[in-house]
Amino acid sequence: MLTTQERSAIEEEREHYPTARAACVEALKVVQRTRGWISDEALRDVADLLKMTLDELDGVATFYNLIYRRPVGRRVMLLCDSVSCWIMGCDGLKEHLKMRLGADLGQTSADGRFTVLPAACLGACDHAPALMLDETLYGDVTPQEVDRILQEGS
Amino acid sequence: MARVVIDGKSYEVDGRRNLLHACLSLKLDLPYFCWHPAMGSVGACRQCAVKQFKDDRDTAGRLVMACMTPAADGTRISIDDPEAKAFRASVIEWLMLNHPHDCPVCDEGGECHLQDMTVMTGHVVRRNRFPKRTYHNQDLGPFLTHEMNRCIQCYRCVRFYRDYAGGRDFDVFGAHDQVYFGRAEDGVLESEFSGNLVEVCPTGVFTDKTLARHYTRKWDLQWAPSICAHCGLGCNTSVAERGGMLRRVMNRVNPEVNGHFLCDRGRFGYERAQRVTEDPEKEKRTPEDSEKKGLSESSGSSGVKRFSEFSGSLCGLLIGIGSPRASMESNFALQTLVGKDHFYSGLSDLDASLVSLILDILRNGPARAASLQDVENADAVFILGEDVTNTAPRLALSLRQSVRQKALERIGKGGIPLWHDAAVREAMQDEHGPLFIATPYATRLDDVATAVWRAAPDDLARLGLAVAHEIDAEAPAVSGFRMPMNSMADALRDARRPIVVCGTSCGSVPLIQAAANVAWALRRQGRAADLCFTVPECNTMGAALLGGGRLGAAFEAEADTVIILENDLYGRAGAAQVDGFLGRVKHVVVLDHLRTRTTSKAHLVLPAATFAESSGTTVNNEGRAQRFFQVLPSREPVMASWRWISEMLVAAGRTGWASLDEVLAAMGDARIRAAAPPAAGQRIPRRPPRYSGRTAMAAHVSVHEAPPPPDPDSPLAFSMEGFSPEAPPPLTPFFWWPGWNSIQAAHKFADGPSGVRLIEPGQRGAFFREVPAPFTPRRGEWWVVPVHHIFGTEEQSAMAPAIVKRSVEPTLALRPEDASDLGVSTGGAVQCMLDERTYRFRVQLRPELPVGVAGLSLMGATKGVGLPCWMALRRA
Repeated sequence: MLTTQERSAIEEEREHYPTARAACVEALKVVQRTRGWISDEALRDVADLLKMTLDELDGVATFYNLIYRRPVGRRVMLLCDSVSCWIMGCDGLKEHLKMRLGADLGQTSADGRFTVLPAACLGACDHAPALMLDETLYGDVTPQEVDRILQEGS
Repeated sequence: MARVVIDGKSYEVDGRRNLLHACLSLKLDLPYFCWHPAMGSVGACRQCAVKQFKDDRDTAGRLVMACMTPAADGTRISIDDPEAKAFRASVIEWLMLNHPHDCPVCDEGGECHLQDMTVMTGHVVRRNRFPKRTYHNQDLGPFLTHEMNRCIQCYRCVRFYRDYAGGRDFDVFGAHDQVYFGRAEDGVLESEFSGNLVEVCPTGVFTDKTLARHYTRKWDLQWAPSICAHCGLGCNTSVAERGGMLRRVMNRVNPEVNGHFLCDRGRFGYERAQRVTEDPEKEKRTPEDSEKKGLSESSGSSGVKRFSEFSGSLCGLLIGIGSPRASMESNFALQTLVGKDHFYSGLSDLDASLVSLILDILRNGPARAASLQDVENADAVFILGEDVTNTAPRLALSLRQSVRQKALERIGKGGIPLWHDAAVREAMQDEHGPLFIATPYATRLDDVATAVWRAAPDDLARLGLAVAHEIDAEAPAVSGFRMPMNSMADALRDARRPIVVCGTSCGSVPLIQAAANVAWALRRQGRAADLCFTVPECNTMGAALLGGGRLGAAFEAEADTVIILENDLYGRAGAAQVDGFLGRVKHVVVLDHLRTRTTSKAHLVLPAATFAESSGTTVNNEGRAQRFFQVLPSREPVMASWRWISEMLVAAGRTGWASLDEVLAAMGDARIRAAAPPAAGQRIPRRPPRYSGRTAMAAHVSVHEAPPPPDPDSPLAFSMEGFSPEAPPPLTPFFWWPGWNSIQAAHKFADGPSGVRLIEPGQRGAFFREVPAPFTPRRGEWWVVPVHHIFGTEEQSAMAPAIVKRSVEPTLALRPEDASDLGVSTGGAVQCMLDERTYRFRVQLRPELPVGVAGLSLMGATKGVGLPCWMALRRA
């Protein structure tokens, strides 16, 4: 069941669009902000609220890779693997993260703290390699920097 | 017309089309996936790339997608250009990256558009070394098998299911190289048109689950052009058999009727059009004698002899009851045998009066009977009383397209070519209408309606009459009526091609008259208004055209012997009345292919042929005579009803008929005869050129290959031999063309309409002046209207296994307030007395029902109840 706060936040978003359906991405973001991810149950509730079918809403939810249809860790790290970051050594960062967290891309660390996902581009090529932890962008990242970020972030 | 140059040759093409459509119309081979003749272009698959040149000096040219380029005058393109060919080959290579290459075990193999296109582009060697992605396959219900791994992401399925058919429980999930077409969860596809995915999908993602139970490759099937027997619309189909077993039904394009699509009842309702058992011999239909009346067993060949023995002389006290689900020929044969004065049409008395009223309106009034194509092109629609999706399902799909017409007109004026589906839908968004739906209960089209109104049939008639009056003051006024939908008359008047849809399902004469008044009022205002009436069965219209006495009169008639043609009288009149009649008549002879309550009361049952076992003509709701052809070779003793009757005529010393053409000649209606060419000239093979096992199939009986069974009734042959490429549309058994093994080959065939319209409008436009009184609810009684079900109401498909799985339990629909007054809730039961019998129904709550009205599922036993009628209900 959606909370009253979630409901009113979604209804507020709804006001900004000509049709209920058009607000569906914002509605999913509202739920994800409070719950971290979109469960089947939450999806159904949002679909009912926006008068969409489960199929219609899930089509949207699964299209966007930053709408999470599976549980994620407390914090989500996006590791950029675009061309610039690849040239500047993001593969090394990936290996380092794997070693530190014991989790591959797309997985969550055993302690449930971090989920690492690949991102096609974070728009920070001038400071490649880059990564993002929740809403914070980090540039010119080195393995040592990664350790520091993990420490601060946990 | 436009002149285009293709590979140096100049052609005349239709300039309103895109280049791909133009090339295919010229029978040129150009591969494609996402384009569909009924759904237009989206330019998604990049498969139809061609080289376009600016002028005759341009040698470099540029690659364009043929489906996204107008066939404008002066266009110069090359299909054979090496660069274009290389581009198309690389497109198919990447489309095939994840395809499982499981053709040998795939039901689509041998009729697969993907196979055809891969071969056409010359992609033969796989270079990709990486793993293929795999998917979960869903259980989509009894009609379709889902095998997602085969998908090439052309998006045709969602474009059909969601955009064209309005389904909302099927979608596309994921992104980039992980795209999934299916439902959010496993489950039965809700759309009544889901079966079209079998043909829309270019490969084997969606295949026919009913076919899978008795699977045969397309090239091994024997086909015949047929007409769907499962409602009054007469959709054109191809039916297929092998080894004496009916295997599948596919769409056959008739642009004026069904176009490229069928409903699921038509596609999957075929399995009881012959009895399917493990051992066909065991369940062979033989003439049956009823034990009850002490008549002895009779073998097949002696059926007629037995008949003539106990019916004495075939004159005097012999009457015949025809059928709206039997062919024109069979009805005519019976009428000839018993004589016009002793022939009864076999419709229920109510249906007979409704259909004769419809005939009168269409023949004498100024409004035309609309074809499905006319409905699709209508720019305003008013539905009066009809739950179209359940009474004439394919019509609902046409209506879904009609709501786009107004917007299409606007978009076309803005310069967007209408085949450009992506651009058109972008420009259209959710704009639709006008479509007004006035029915007693909610319908599946309400989601695209401009406005809906729920009322009792009499009040619906009053609404119709009031609208007619508002359009044209000459039409009678309805006193004391407040218009619930204000803009309605204006919207209809603003349209150029408005259509009024009505039918027999509410059982209301005033409603049909009101529909006529609306159309006639629009005609008087100079609008090309048409009428579309639905009728219950495949030859209801034909039976009405043939005429005959009322069933009620048959029950009163003096008779020693009655011959009942493919008809269950218990579905036409009350059980007591039918019991009385059948008990009174000395000899009851029934010709039928279904086991019904009537056959169980018969003294002699002669095994009649189904639509798949015989040839004949039916007349659809618009009055179009269309011929269906036999696909199952004749098996003793099963014969077309008219053949049984012909033998009776011969037995009585009169002249019979040796072939269908002779019956048609005796009928003497040149237009019905012209529905398809006669059995003359070069034979058209029912079997594809690659039909296998011909010489071996019967080797266990004799090593000598038997000659093909004779077919005196059609120009078709039960053989591979003959000549088919020039076959006219009514005689095209299947769509196949060299290099085009799938049903997409349809574009290689003549795309003219087929069938002959028997009814054209007259000049009389005198309005019906009788206005019914407002509906008055009664205390303790309900006006019970029939609720039709796409799966279950129609007799001939009701027992087909796949249809049975989709049928619902019959219920009585009540308003929640009424139910609580009676002390019942959903799932509870009510009972009522009818015809001295107590009926018990499960209750379903439908809050939208008008006060004083209830709805009863029309299936099985409820058909003879005589709906609509007043019923006193109480808690059971």
